[in-house]
Amino acid sequence: MKRLYKQAHERIDRSQIIHFHWQGAHYTGYAGDTLASALLANDVKLIGRSFKYGRQRGIMAAGVEEPNALVVLEPNSGYHLPNARATEVEIYPEMVAQPASGIPSINEDVRAWLKPLHRFMAAGFYYKTFMSPASWWPKYEEQLRKLAGFAPAPSQPDAETYDHYHRQTDVAVVGGGAAGLAAALAAANAGSTVLLLDERPQLGGELVVDAARDPEAAAWLARTRAALEAHAKVQILVRTTAYALHDFNLLLALERRQDHLPLGSRNPKLTRQRLHRIRAHKVILATGSHERPLMFANNDLPGVMLASAVSRYQYEYSVLCGSKPLVVGNNDSIYDVARDLVKAGTRPTVVDCRIGYDASDLTKLGVLVKQGYTVVKAEGRDSVERALIAKTAYSDTHGWVVGESPETVSCDLIACSGGFSPLVHLDCHTGSKPWFSTEHQAFMPACDKPHRYVAGSVNGQSNWQGAAAEGEYVGLLAAGQAANPVAAPKLLMVADFICPELGRDKIFLDMQNDVKASDLELAIRENYRSIEHIKRYTALGFGTDQGKTGNVNGIAVAAKIMQLPIAEVGTTTFRPMYTPVTMGVLAGSEVGLHSDPQRFTPMQASHMAQGAEFEVVGQWMRPWYFPQGSENLHQAVARECLAVRNSLGMMDASTLGKIDIQGPDAREFLARVYTNNWAKLAPGKCRYGLMCDENGMIIDDGVTACLSDTHFLMTTTTGGAARIYTHLETWLQTEWPDLEVYLTSVTDHWSTTGVVGPKARRLMEKLCKDVDFSAANFPFMDWREGTVCGIPARIMRISFSGELSYEINVQANYGRFLWDSVLEAGKAFNITPYGTETMHVLRAEKGYVIVGQDTDGSITPYDANMAWAVSLNKSYPFLGQRALTRSDTARAGRKQLVGLLTDEPDKVLNEGCQLVAETGSKAMIGHVTSSYFSPVLGRSIALAVVKGGLDLLGTKIYAKPLSYEVIPVTIVDSVFYDQAKEKSDGEI
Amino acid sequence: MFLIHCPYCGELRDEQEYRCAGEAFIQRPGLDCTDEQWGDYVFNRTNPKGKVIEQWAHSAGCRKLFVVERNNVTNEIYAVRTFESYKEQA
Amino acid sequence: MKYSWLEVFKAGFSGQKQWPAAWPEVSPKAAYDVVIVGGGGHGLATAYYLARDFPGTRVAVLEKGWIGGGNTGRNTTIVRSNYLWDEATNLYEHSMKLWEGLSKDLNFNVMFSQRGVYNLGHTLQDMRDIERRVNANMLNGVDAEVVSVAELKERIPILETGKQVRYPVMGASCQPRAGVARHDAVAWGFARAAAKHGVDIIQNCEVQALDIEAGRMKGLQTSRGYFKAERVGCVTAGHSSILAAMAGIRLPVTSHPLQAFVSEPMKPVLHTVVMSNAVHGYVSQSDKGDLVIGAGLDPYSGYSQRGSPHVIDHCASAMIELFPIFSRVRLNRQWGGIVDVCPDACPIISPIPQVKGLYFNCGWGTGGFKATPGSGHVFAHTIGQDQPHPLAAPFHINRFVTGALIDEHGAAAVAH
Repeated sequence: MKRLYKQAHERIDRSQIIHFHWQGAHYTGYAGDTLASALLANDVKLIGRSFKYGRQRGIMAAGVEEPNALVVLEPNSGYHLPNARATEVEIYPEMVAQPASGIPSINEDVRAWLKPLHRFMAAGFYYKTFMSPASWWPKYEEQLRKLAGFAPAPSQPDAETYDHYHRQTDVAVVGGGAAGLAAALAAANAGSTVLLLDERPQLGGELVVDAARDPEAAAWLARTRAALEAHAKVQILVRTTAYALHDFNLLLALERRQDHLPLGSRNPKLTRQRLHRIRAHKVILATGSHERPLMFANNDLPGVMLASAVSRYQYEYSVLCGSKPLVVGNNDSIYDVARDLVKAGTRPTVVDCRIGYDASDLTKLGVLVKQGYTVVKAEGRDSVERALIAKTAYSDTHGWVVGESPETVSCDLIACSGGFSPLVHLDCHTGSKPWFSTEHQAFMPACDKPHRYVAGSVNGQSNWQGAAAEGEYVGLLAAGQAANPVAAPKLLMVADFICPELGRDKIFLDMQNDVKASDLELAIRENYRSIEHIKRYTALGFGTDQGKTGNVNGIAVAAKIMQLPIAEVGTTTFRPMYTPVTMGVLAGSEVGLHSDPQRFTPMQASHMAQGAEFEVVGQWMRPWYFPQGSENLHQAVARECLAVRNSLGMMDASTLGKIDIQGPDAREFLARVYTNNWAKLAPGKCRYGLMCDENGMIIDDGVTACLSDTHFLMTTTTGGAARIYTHLETWLQTEWPDLEVYLTSVTDHWSTTGVVGPKARRLMEKLCKDVDFSAANFPFMDWREGTVCGIPARIMRISFSGELSYEINVQANYGRFLWDSVLEAGKAFNITPYGTETMHVLRAEKGYVIVGQDTDGSITPYDANMAWAVSLNKSYPFLGQRALTRSDTARAGRKQLVGLLTDEPDKVLNEGCQLVAETGSKAMIGHVTSSYFSPVLGRSIALAVVKGGLDLLGTKIYAKPLSYEVIPVTIVDSVFYDQAKEKSDGEI
Repeated sequence: MFLIHCPYCGELRDEQEYRCAGEAFIQRPGLDCTDEQWGDYVFNRTNPKGKVIEQWAHSAGCRKLFVVERNNVTNEIYAVRTFESYKEQA
Repeated sequence: MKYSWLEVFKAGFSGQKQWPAAWPEVSPKAAYDVVIVGGGGHGLATAYYLARDFPGTRVAVLEKGWIGGGNTGRNTTIVRSNYLWDEATNLYEHSMKLWEGLSKDLNFNVMFSQRGVYNLGHTLQDMRDIERRVNANMLNGVDAEVVSVAELKERIPILETGKQVRYPVMGASCQPRAGVARHDAVAWGFARAAAKHGVDIIQNCEVQALDIEAGRMKGLQTSRGYFKAERVGCVTAGHSSILAAMAGIRLPVTSHPLQAFVSEPMKPVLHTVVMSNAVHGYVSQSDKGDLVIGAGLDPYSGYSQRGSPHVIDHCASAMIELFPIFSRVRLNRQWGGIVDVCPDACPIISPIPQVKGLYFNCGWGTGGFKATPGSGHVFAHTIGQDQPHPLAAPFHINRFVTGALIDEHGAAAVAH
């Protein structure tokens, strides 16, 4: 291999020498080189080792279809990229690359040493072994896992970032070869906006090879590219792979924005890669095709390459892949490759399984052309040294038959072509099935979805003129213009699949997974006959290349073995992604703290200033507790609890869901969605409501205030706000459109400061002069409108602690001001801000449930001991009412909410702890839903659901926590504190 | 992945703006129904393959619910209509 | 032929020529005692246990495509039994015990790898639920433990356990006996073992109609002709409602796409299974080296085996949240299955009251794979004896009439 003299059309820039590192050694290449072309130019033949047998592998292709040349870039850094294909990596200065395979290294691989054992390692052998004794499997597996995988996983967090970009366009063209360029220009000239995508660094696709061969093609490419680049309606994205096509023409594309730049000069403000979500009215697939390798023994030996790749390396990178090349194939394209090689100064041998192609121009130049022959085996120690060729014969009944007694041809490169496989992937992502064309010997795109077109070699065009003509045609169609259909494509004259007899020699189909033709034979013998079974049994097409070069050959071999037409064998399903996609780019910028929105109340800054610890509640960040000094959770909560019970506390209740309900039927609406009665709730009053689903289970609760006869304000649980709002809307719009009710979510519109404790009235009287706070005139469960700290407010006298409590609701923008003002004014009463933990303790002391903690979707209002909140004689039965009388829902002995007291008062049960009736029993009769140490009671308390618990008050049962330490507990009423409700009026 | 034309907003918008609220036109029985009828109403669904008639909500838009007739295999949308239009038809 | 080292050794010298069909192609008979509709893992397991435990019963499995081609071949292969409620735990633990001897029982290595499963908790309520579940598991004889953040970091060093993420990990539950298995092997192993017991496995055979006369099963019309059968068990996850409609009934299930994806294979760095409800994703690394990642359910119902891309994006975001080093890892392939989801996230294993001789096994939602042997076993006994197996009894379809639901939403892999 060597670098040719400078050619006019080459893509490398010889003025920029690039230094890079491969396997710890220093190499040079030129700007514009891929890692593959640079390694080839340096005569590096061994790039990887195969997955199963550890065989030596070299570069086979020039594009993303490459199965062998997997590398690691920038190992052990934040730029570590496992399993990149050398053929898709653009080198940059000081790039560090290593082989992705090789145990321990590609030079010496233990799997290759085990060669005598390979005969026992046929497809699926592991399903038949490693079974007994069963206890040994973990040991086997541990060893097998050492062999697993290619590259090491990254060890550092990603040093770079990603984003998403949403685009819309009239026409999206995938592929920048002849067809794609022509289509884009035609559509744009016809007035459509066009987005043209190509995975390579520059436009041109395979046309660059034609351009090097044919001045007319070169002129056309230059002209068309210039026109597109200058066109106002055209946007071009290179280094951009369309990897998935979804319904309604949602095209997903990955743009590599900085991967080609040296690490030091990447812009940290730009993302590494970008996911384009493209909505296109029309999609034109000009995706091209991949060449298939030819099947022969040892066809994985380094030096066996795809014929078209040899020309690409020659023309794009001025790399000659072999000085003594042999070109072999079953179609006309090999003669063009041979001519290229002649131009490069070599004298190739041409081997064509067919007879009849006029190659006189080549023979005249002294090229040996062997028609009616094919390669049956490649030989060589580390790379190709010679090829064995044998005579071929074709009959319609038996297909190809390859003769015995091969001849030997000395060569250092086997450039092979087994025909071309159209890249139907994107077309198939939305469920279309490709069809097999015997003319093309290929699976062709169905293109049966609306607003979609195919053009170029993906559609069977065999030369650039045909591809360009077809591209122009579909470009016009996509732009809504009439166009004359193009003539039927000139066929490439591809012969039937040819595969020598399956002897002892290894003929590889899937290079990466070491799937051989004989593996398929074995699978079929064992009745794995569906192509999906064959694939799964042998691992055909499971590699990182997704079988781009191997699958169709595999299908052909399977068809031959089963004696079925290829069309009947069919393909496996083509699914996204077309080529591998970085996990980070899918996440885009939604990583870290941005992975989900964080919601804060208007008082957040105050809470932070107070040193609050936060609890995640849905998307909300709520103050959990407010530690002072070195206090831990328990110390802080004890202080906060006693402050509320004995003096005054305050809490931020803004996160509770708030739904504004208006309309003449608002009251009726409430009666239907809540289990209790709403008929007599007067303006100025509030009421607690309990909500069930149609299954009769509690889904939410909260207090609703009657603002007027036709206007109510509902509160929901913090976590349930969005769900309940949706629930209410759905009922209103679908089942009860006759009710005139209007719902508005006002959670974020109001902020709520709760002033809680016996001294709450004292403070409120200081803060608000226009409301009479006397117990008689502002009783429990009333609300008043007033001015607090100069701000218009709704003050609700409701309580989740049993203490005198006022919740001050103000327009959200005043929230922090109000909070700070209350805090300041409250200093006189030693006011204590408290968080959710203290709130939980206080409410548990009173036996108030938290929906979602004390209930779990299997608790009815009766189970929750809240029969008082169920009204069965409303004119319209409430949601879930009917469910309550079903046989299981109405039976005795269901789990019911009760209180628990441990015999040892200091023992605090774990929440979630299971309960049993007798010490030795393992039969669970319930579990602890809430459990705390109650500072005011000086002992632990717990809420639990217990089977038939309400009939078992006073009974001793046992908690069996994880430690298996049995804790005796007594079932009690769930109200632990102030049963007589003497505290609710506070200090008079 | 599909686009839905909201009959209220009058725009073709991405599926992510919407919420599927299940099978449409389920009849809610009265309090006097049997446990079987109640169970059928709450839990059983036709769940057909092919054409489905569902209620969808434009949850990131106007928050109205309406009826979508679509193919749940091909993701083709046949029609999007308001509940009122069905009522008028009946 | 018994699979063994010896046979593999012999085959190495015979050019692999001696292997017989794992399950033979058969010419269908006109009548069977029991027809199982659906050749996935559950259906094949049902057939195997029926044939094994009820000798003399003529059993056929009808598969519309290729066996194991539905959810059996599309899932993330997690096996565990740490459910919340006694009924579910008992069923899944029954299955777990069968898993533990399955390779030997079937003489087919299903590669059941008991590498442990961690369910992460991200909120105080998650931790309460974890405590409740682990406590219940232990009392039910299922191995389970609560794992602190510090222990997690020690056991799974690549897991992000810091506080500077959106939903910091607060702890986890762990079932050490849980793990993963080779999904395709489960279908093939059961098929081979069932065929050995005389079960006819009939592929490319789609049921077109159920022949029901006066409320009794008579037979089935299929794309490969009519089969007489007085007992028919439907195990067609994803498509259960279609079969039910042929019997004129509706089921409490809806079908949803469920998506998963795999990365390129890398050297193993994750030796256990990690699941997170809060961030919607679960991941393990296969013995081949690829990360196998499952996403949440697609929100709308449907039968297209392709979901919405934003579900995948969201899952990728979740994975990076848990494992920041995965950010640069590339995903190789994504796919979707169709799962039928029950309102209580528990399956239906039940005779159908309206039709004598018709049985359904469905509604497994996202969690069917782990139950494969247990589901097949109890369903086989339910059909074989025409009365629910004790472990299957709580999963009778009648629970949607009585209200005796078994709400496993908390313990199911993904929020339904």
